[in-house]
Amino acid sequence: MESDGGSDAYEIRQKIETLKASKNDIERQISALDAQLQRINNNENNHIKTKEKVNSNDSSSSLTLENNGSFDFGHGLASDMIYRYSRQLLLPSFGVQGQANLLKSSVLVIGAGGLGSPALLYLAACGVGRIGIVDHDVVELNNLHRQIIHGEAYIGRSKVESAAAACRAINSTVEIVELKEAFRTTNALDIVRKYDIVIDATDNVPSRYMINDCCVVLGKPLISGAALGLEGQLTVYNYNGGPCYRCLFPTPPPTTACQRCADSGVLGVVPGVIGCLQALEAIKVASYVGEPLSGRMLLFDALAGRLRIVKIRGRSLQCEACGENEALTEEQFREIDYEIFTQTSLSTVPLKLNLLPVGSRISSKEYRERVVKGEVHVLVDVRPAHHYKIVSLPKSINIPLPSLEARLPEITSALVNKDDSKNASIDSNVSLYVICRRGNDSQRAVQYLHKMGFSSAKDIIGGLESWAHDVDPNFPTY
Amino acid sequence: MKLTLEFGGGLELLCDSVKIHHVSVEPQDGEQKLTMKHLLSWVRTNLIKERPEMFMKGDSVRPGVLVLVNDCDWELSGQLDTSLEDKDVVVFISTLHGG
Repeated sequence: MESDGGSDAYEIRQKIETLKASKNDIERQISALDAQLQRINNNENNHIKTKEKVNSNDSSSSLTLENNGSFDFGHGLASDMIYRYSRQLLLPSFGVQGQANLLKSSVLVIGAGGLGSPALLYLAACGVGRIGIVDHDVVELNNLHRQIIHGEAYIGRSKVESAAAACRAINSTVEIVELKEAFRTTNALDIVRKYDIVIDATDNVPSRYMINDCCVVLGKPLISGAALGLEGQLTVYNYNGGPCYRCLFPTPPPTTACQRCADSGVLGVVPGVIGCLQALEAIKVASYVGEPLSGRMLLFDALAGRLRIVKIRGRSLQCEACGENEALTEEQFREIDYEIFTQTSLSTVPLKLNLLPVGSRISSKEYRERVVKGEVHVLVDVRPAHHYKIVSLPKSINIPLPSLEARLPEITSALVNKDDSKNASIDSNVSLYVICRRGNDSQRAVQYLHKMGFSSAKDIIGGLESWAHDVDPNFPTY
Repeated sequence: MKLTLEFGGGLELLCDSVKIHHVSVEPQDGEQKLTMKHLLSWVRTNLIKERPEMFMKGDSVRPGVLVLVNDCDWELSGQLDTSLEDKDVVVFISTLHGG
């Protein structure tokens, strides 16, 4: 009976998923058609307006609304636009001119993730004329805490589609261009050329250099934001004679210094704050209002509750991208291999080390078989303590890799305690296994343990991720 | 002289996760002024607890670290030759790439 119930539930879930997917598709088609209709209407209205102007010799008509409900005040805002953007038009320092400039502008957002999400929502809402969204990723459940433009219904589907639908839902009068592709030197120039302003909302070093260089080559201002953990940074590059990313960082950082949100964590609202500020800077540049954050950098410390703005160096004459003598050309840009330059892969697939001989490794399935058979063993989990607190295997002991050296005696005594013969030696018959999140640190740990005489130590290939994948699908992953 | 040193962008992890340090540093023997060059080696000796290569390269900071003296990029004040005064605030911040 229970298995019948299980398969019923499974079928129902499948049906729900299928229906949800078709619902999303239909909604997306509707929003695309809405936007299309809006454009047709606007064109027709403009057409009628021109015609009426030509035909009308009646002086009294100058006091009545024209066909699409707009007086011609020289700013081109129709009456529904005046109403929609009224709270911005009421700002003396922004006003109708700022709005008109915004409506004529185009902004490219590279990355529809933690930074791109709020940036896109505000750009669409405030009435940027055309917005391009570049991303090749799909929405995942562990994105949603920070990538607030996406919802559960879009899990497994393109981030660009999801973000475009959300933007159109807010403002169908904005033209949204969907670019479901990875941003590479092969397509970068052709994409960026079509926009006035670029927002870097990516999450890795090679992309940041690539986007910077592309903006320098094409003379586009670059709104650059970054966030990790509880800190964020923001500045505007290549604007009005100001510095570019390479002026500040001519040499890429060592790869070990580049932490990723997937490893170090990030509080959702932190990229949210920076993404909002990126939208603000783009709006300032697009509307010719205020002082964009060029030659200055904003540093945000969420935990301390502190924002500081510091003065950074100006454009460097020796800069390899924007310097006087060696200005980068389109041809040179296309030739640069950014993965080699930064020693960092553009793909987000985590590193898979292979440090140990086959005999010193076992699969998660094999480990499970040994546990089931009742093999006497010690399992050491070398992840950081805060990872261990999220989830761990039963009876494992947590010794984070950096403290392994100092805590070797704990391993020795664990082995001795399990050993019935009380043969107090690290060469006891008790097996020693090491596990971590993905199977890299466990290999480093086993390498060290071998060196220290624990010759039987083995690592569990692929770590807890493989345990969840191959042994226990209910085991939480993070 | 008394200085406030701040570490951010992950560099604080190299000094026991403490971001703000109020320290007292004197100029090198025989020198009148305390320079950034001397401060860097003082920091490396006295504050950096692990992986010094994540903080320094040669006698300067590693690529990707911004140094700010009183909220101003040290490139504008002479980099390693910047001379420091009592109560100055020096910030070391690693550039972030996440999003």
